[in-house]
Amino acid sequence: MPPIRTSHRLLALLGAAVAALGALSACSKSASDPNVRAGDLPVDAEFAKKLQGQLLDAKPGTVIEIPAGRWHLDRGLSLRVNGVTIHGAGMEQTILSFRNQVAGPEGLLAQASDFRIEGLTIEDTKGDALKINSGENITIRDVRVRWTDGPKTSNGAYGLYPVKTKNVLIENSQSFGAADAGIYVGQSRNVVVRGCRAEQNVAGIEIENTIDADVHDNIATGNTGGILVFNMPNLSQPGHSTRVFHNKVDANNTGNFGAKGTAVASVPAGSGVVVNSNSLVEIFDNDVTNNATANVIISSYYSTGYATTKGVQPGYDPYPRGISVHDNRFAGGGDSPDGMDLKVLKTAMFGLNGRFPDVLWDGYVDPARANVPEERLCVDASASGVLNADGPHKYKDPKVVTDALRCKLAPLPAVTLMPPVAAAASAASV
Amino acid sequence: MRPRSVLALGLLAVLASCARAPAPVRFIADGRPEHLSDWHLLNVSGGRLAPNAGVLPYDLVTPLFSDYAHKLRTVWMPAAVSAKYSADKAFEFPVGTILSKTFYYPRASGDADAVLKTYDAEPGAPAAGLDLSRVRLVETRLLVRRAEGWTALPYVWNADQSEAELQRTGDEKALDLVDAQGHGQKFTYVVPNENQCASCHVTNLKSGEFAPLGPKARNLNRALAYTDGSENQIARWARAGFLAGVPAGELPRAADWRDEKTPIAERARTYLDVNCAHCHQTGGTAGNTSLRLDALGPADWSLGLCKPSVAAGKGTGDRIHDIVPGRPDDSILPFRLASTEGGVMMPELGRSTVHQEGVQLIRDWIAAMPGHCQNDAPMKD
Repeated sequence: MPPIRTSHRLLALLGAAVAALGALSACSKSASDPNVRAGDLPVDAEFAKKLQGQLLDAKPGTVIEIPAGRWHLDRGLSLRVNGVTIHGAGMEQTILSFRNQVAGPEGLLAQASDFRIEGLTIEDTKGDALKINSGENITIRDVRVRWTDGPKTSNGAYGLYPVKTKNVLIENSQSFGAADAGIYVGQSRNVVVRGCRAEQNVAGIEIENTIDADVHDNIATGNTGGILVFNMPNLSQPGHSTRVFHNKVDANNTGNFGAKGTAVASVPAGSGVVVNSNSLVEIFDNDVTNNATANVIISSYYSTGYATTKGVQPGYDPYPRGISVHDNRFAGGGDSPDGMDLKVLKTAMFGLNGRFPDVLWDGYVDPARANVPEERLCVDASASGVLNADGPHKYKDPKVVTDALRCKLAPLPAVTLMPPVAAAASAASV
Repeated sequence: MRPRSVLALGLLAVLASCARAPAPVRFIADGRPEHLSDWHLLNVSGGRLAPNAGVLPYDLVTPLFSDYAHKLRTVWMPAAVSAKYSADKAFEFPVGTILSKTFYYPRASGDADAVLKTYDAEPGAPAAGLDLSRVRLVETRLLVRRAEGWTALPYVWNADQSEAELQRTGDEKALDLVDAQGHGQKFTYVVPNENQCASCHVTNLKSGEFAPLGPKARNLNRALAYTDGSENQIARWARAGFLAGVPAGELPRAADWRDEKTPIAERARTYLDVNCAHCHQTGGTAGNTSLRLDALGPADWSLGLCKPSVAAGKGTGDRIHDIVPGRPDDSILPFRLASTEGGVMMPELGRSTVHQEGVQLIRDWIAAMPGHCQNDAPMKD
C-alpha cells in the first residue's frame, strides 16, 4: 500500500496555485464586522415576511408564485412542507437578492419532498444559495444562482445543492461564482443534470457520493474544474454509476478560489472532467477543450492531500474503478498546467511548447484488484493519450500509458426519472 | 388533593398581593393565537413578569448559547397528565403541555437597546419571575404539545413590555451588548421563524419528529431555588405531577460547562452536545456532514478528530481538519464557533455574536488533547 505523502500528491500539487489563496481567504476572514447591518441596500421587509409566511402556510399542492422584480431579503427562506412548487416569473424577471443577509445562511433551505422550483434567480447569499436537504422527487428548472462580485472565496459554497435526495432533476439552470461547487448533488440517488450552465465556480458541476447520475447537455466553462465526479470518505454512501455525456467543457482555467480544506481546493485550475475515487463513471460524447492542466483527470483520494488514517472511516474506497473515457471530442488543453511541479513535469516530458495528453491519471490502482477487467480505466483513441503520473511511487516514473488502456467497458444504463419528476420533465419539454 | 394543587396554592399565596387571581393557564388546541397573553402562562403585573399559578420555572445545567440572552423557562401541563421520564432523550410530554422560554437581558444604563453581557442571574429568577424595570424582554417562544404534535410559536415583546405578539416569520432587534468594562457591542438579535425553530427541534430528518431539546433528565438534574425553597428539579417535577416513571437511585447528570472542577473533556462534550448536537447527530439536519457532536458519540473521526471537512466551503478557514489534537488554531471547529459570518459560523442559526467563553472552552479542550493527525502507519483501504 502506498504511504500517504502529503508532499507528493497529484491533485494538490497540481493545484499548488491554491497556496496563493491564503491571501484571498484572509480577506474573507477579516472582511466583516457582521454585528453591524451591512450596507445601505433596501430590504423588502413586507415582501420577505409575506413570502416566508406563504412557505410556512403551504400545504401539499400549494403553488407559491413570486412576482417579477428584484427583491432584497436579509434572512434566509425555509420550507418544510412536502408537495410545494415555487414559481417565479423567470430567471431574468424574478430575482431574490441576499446581498444584505444577516441570517440564514442559505437563500432557500428546503427540507421537503415533491418539491419543485422554477423561474427565478437567487443571488449573493452568504452561504449556499438553494439547499435541499433530504427529500425525494426534486425538480429544479430555470433557476439561476449567482454571486455578482464574481469568483471570491467569501462567496457561498454551493449554488444548487440537493443533498441526501432521491429522484432529482436539475434542468436549464445556471450557477455563477460558487466558492465550492456551482451545481452540486451529494449523497443522492437517481439524478439528472441537463441543459445547465456552470461558470466561474470552483467546481462547475459536481456529483459526489451519488448513485446513478446522468450529467448531459450542459456547459461548464470558466470554472476551476468543469465537471467533477467525486467520492469523499465518511459519508452516508459511496457513489457509483455516473454518465457524463454530450457536455461542453471548455476552458475551465479560473484560479482555484476555494478555501483550503474543502474537497475542491485540491482541484488544479484548468481541469476539464475530474473523477476522484468514484467508480463506474462513463465519460463520452463530450466536447472537452482548452482546459489548461488536463481535459480529463482520473485520481484517487490519495492524491488530494487529505488522506489520513485517523480521519477517514475504515472501509472507505479511495480508488477510481471502472472508468471509461470514450468517443469524446478533445481540442487544446494540457498546455499550461496549474502549479510548479506539474509545469516542470510537463516541460520535462513534453517540452516547453508541448502539452499533456488529454487524460492525466495519478496511477493509483488497488493492487489486490489490478487485473479485474470491470475495474480498469479505459480510454479510447478519441483522446490524445494518457499520462500516468506515478503517484504511488512519489511521481518518480511518470509515463505515457495510452496503449495499455485501450480497453472497453460495458456502457452504463441511462438514469430513468421516476414520477412525478418524470412527468414534470416531459410536460415541460413539449 | 393532588400534589400539584398544593403547589398551585403555594404559588397563589405568593401572588396573593395581587388584587385578584389571574385567569388560569389556557391550553389552546389549535390555531395560532396572536398574543402571548392569550395563553395566560406568564403574568405581567405589578412591574413583574412571573409564571402563572401552576406554571413551573426550570433551568438547565448547561444551556444553549443565544447571544448572551438569559432565559426564563417554564413548563405547564393540564391536570391528571404527566410526562414520561427518559434517561437520555427528551421526556415524552402529554398533549396539553406548554413549554415556554423567554429571552431577556439585564438592562445596561443608557438607552433601551443597551443590555448587559453577564452571567449573573437576576434576583429571584427564574422562580419569582423578573423585575421588568431591570430587564429587557426580547421574545418568548412557546412549544405547545397538541394532538397532532408540537407547535412552535415565537412571540416578540412590545416596547413597554406589556404584551408579546406572534411573529411567525421571525424578527430582528438591534441591541447593544455592554460588558463589565462598559464596552458596547452592537448586534442584530434574530428571532427565528417557525421553520427555523424546527430546524433545531426536528432532530431526525427522516421521521420529521419535533421534540423539545432542553428538558432532558441529565440537563435538569440539579437543584433550583423555588419560591418555597431549594429542590432538585426532577424531584420537583415528579412531586408536582409533571413527571412519571422517575427511577430510584442516581440519575444522569450533564456537566456544567462553567464548572472548572469538572474535567474539561466532559464540559466540552456537554457544550457541544447542547449547542451543536440537535443538528450534528446521526439522522440530524447536519447528518450529511457525518460530524457527530452528541455527548454519547465515540471520540473518533466522527467527533471531528483529524476529519477532513465535507461541505464547509469557506467555513474551513483554510484549515484541513475539524479537530487537530493539541492545535486549536489549526482546527476548523473553534474557527467556526468564533465566526459570525454567514456560511462560516456555527451554529448557523440562533446567534449573531461569538460566545467567547464557549470558544475558549473548546480551544482549551483541543489544546489539552494528546496525539496528532499524522499517520502512525500507512493508510489501509
